[in-house]
Amino acid sequence: MKKAKEVLLQGNEACAMGALAAGMRFFGGYPITPSTEIAEFLSVELLKVGGIFIQMEDEIASMAAIIGASLAGVKSMTATSGPGFSLMQENIGYASMAEVPCVVVNVMRGGPSTGMPTRPSQGDVMQSRWGTHGDHPSIVLCPQSVMECYTLTIRAFNLAEKYRTPVIVLMDGIVGHMWENIHIPENIEIIDKREPTVPPEWYEPYEDLPGGEIAPLVPFGEGYRYHVTGMVHDSQGFPTLVKDEVEQCLNKIIYKIKNNLHDIIEIEEYLVEDAEICIIAYGSVARSAKEAVKMARGEGFKVGLIRPITLWPFPRFHLEHASRKMKTLIVPEMNYGQVYGEVLKSSPHKAVKVTRVDGELITPEEIMKKIEEVAL
Amino acid sequence: MIQTSEAIYKYLRPDKKFPHVWCPGCGAGIVMGALVRAIEKTGLTKDEIVLVSGIGCSGRMSTYLDFNTLHTTHGRALAFATGIKLAKPELTVIVIMGDGDATAIGGNHLIHACRRNIDINAIIINNNIYGMTGGQYSPTTPTNNKASTAHYGNIEKPFDICKLVEACGATYVARSTTYHAKMLDSLIERSIGKHGFCVVEAMAQCPVQYGRRNKLGGPVDMLQLYKENALSIGAYEKLTPEEIADQFPVGVLVDKEEPEYLDKYRNNIQKAGGNVP
Ligand SMILES: Cc1ncc(C[n+]2csc(CCOP(=O)(O)OP(=O)(O)O)c2C)c(N)n1
Ligand code: SF4
Repeated sequence: MKKAKEVLLQGNEACAMGALAAGMRFFGGYPITPSTEIAEFLSVELLKVGGIFIQMEDEIASMAAIIGASLAGVKSMTATSGPGFSLMQENIGYASMAEVPCVVVNVMRGGPSTGMPTRPSQGDVMQSRWGTHGDHPSIVLCPQSVMECYTLTIRAFNLAEKYRTPVIVLMDGIVGHMWENIHIPENIEIIDKREPTVPPEWYEPYEDLPGGEIAPLVPFGEGYRYHVTGMVHDSQGFPTLVKDEVEQCLNKIIYKIKNNLHDIIEIEEYLVEDAEICIIAYGSVARSAKEAVKMARGEGFKVGLIRPITLWPFPRFHLEHASRKMKTLIVPEMNYGQVYGEVLKSSPHKAVKVTRVDGELITPEEIMKKIEEVAL
Repeated sequence: MIQTSEAIYKYLRPDKKFPHVWCPGCGAGIVMGALVRAIEKTGLTKDEIVLVSGIGCSGRMSTYLDFNTLHTTHGRALAFATGIKLAKPELTVIVIMGDGDATAIGGNHLIHACRRNIDINAIIINNNIYGMTGGQYSPTTPTNNKASTAHYGNIEKPFDICKLVEACGATYVARSTTYHAKMLDSLIERSIGKHGFCVVEAMAQCPVQYGRRNKLGGPVDMLQLYKENALSIGAYEKLTPEEIADQFPVGVLVDKEEPEYLDKYRNNIQKAGGNVP
């Protein structure tokens, strides 16, 4: 990242602009608050670059269409919120199983069901991990600022291409609707489709390559004819029930993520070096948490912040490592404790939570109150 | 005409996942034969074609044919196909669906694909039943007929798929049966040549889950029924409503010209000042 120009943008817009910068040229979506601005913005901008914007008949179709577009070689994305995200789950699983890169943006709103359309929430943490059926990997990125809406959307496309998998950008409604000045970087790293290195007769789209390398996905229509299915498949993509092939297929999608945690997981640490209390927060809540850390430091409490930027795979080892030195971990979230549950797994006796589900944001003061409570 | 043995080596994937899953006497294979012969006549290469299918017995066809093939989720084949076609318009996109696939779970996608008039060829294999899941009633099971979930007789009214898609704006609608297999070839061939959203309904026997339960006899008896009840559209239209019992029209039912989705989209790209691909 080098030179930059400064612009005032909304989080949703920045996300759409990041997608365009990453080379996204196909958007299929269905309007839902608070994600709608992403579709509206792209319905104007995609045409200017010769890309395709289509408003599908529902979210199920949107997710299906972006998978189709990706198989035809175009970087694709959809954006939605709560109920729409639920509808997408079957085909998110399909993309995972068939190893088709694509990006799904979920701007969370209060739930369950239609919930609170205009109020933010962080209620889809677990849905973004386990929403679809079966064991499958997931990569979920969680921005806290307008700038990150831009950069993490680009990162989502890069990870999607690199690991041939759907990637979810999980924003809360506050981040999606917030306005901030951001620097649009001029030089960004973009990962594009890789060219096949073998002739069509040798190409196996699901081959297990040495060293965990992932076979390139050759777009339809380029002479590499193969089969894509959501069923458990062999290395050529054909449905199979042969024990070894079943295991190979399923292990492969899990381990391509598990073996690359160091590359995928990103966290931000703030004043954790000497901290005795650590706050674990993500999305907009992390901003309140940082304020709370500053307030607490001002009053002499040794408090730090760990912010998972990659929410899934969960940065469990980072937390285990950090928590060894800590007395208490505080997990503030706009839900009843979804990440809190994950933190408990790595630090069973040290975690406490601050929850809020009324559609209001969590303030630094609320977190400060908890810090005082556990410190005294 | 292409011979069966040639077609096997040219279009099937004989060294891959055979034998197929279809029951003896199933109509799906006849439809597959018609599709292959139709494609042969269009002169398209295998790389120019994408075959997309849904889930069901008929959905398995994509496994067997040597094109760019995509076996999607139940009911969603047209939505996947829409993404492919828009992303790479030069590809000829053919979608195979079952009647349940296309009109129950996928009904919404079907009507909207018609309305958009996107250049995709949809072939709906109508066996009047959910074959793969074991014979439950579908939106095309005739009233009073039996199914594994309609033990006392189906009380729902069936869709007429051709009328449905016509009403939704499909620019080409045709129907044939597995008895009229050669007609099926030519209807499919014509649909591939047509620029717009095309639907070909292929009535195909499911002797195992539908025929047996409704005492329609074996595959040959079921083909006989198609022979007796299918009337050319001209002959069918001469019947009075009172005369119509089990008869249904076959042939080209709709063939009209309307602006296609991508053509309209390219206009908008021009308006936006973008480079038209
Ligand atoms: C979301 C979902 N619901 C249900 C099913 C189970 N299912 C598989 S095939 C099928 C029906 C198939 O019937 P049809 O589309 O008429 O095709 P056929 O098998 O008769 O060719 C159903 C209900 C599924 N795979 N996915
Ligand atoms: S169940 Fe019916 S439709 Fe399915 S393969 Fe058997 S005969 Fe064909």
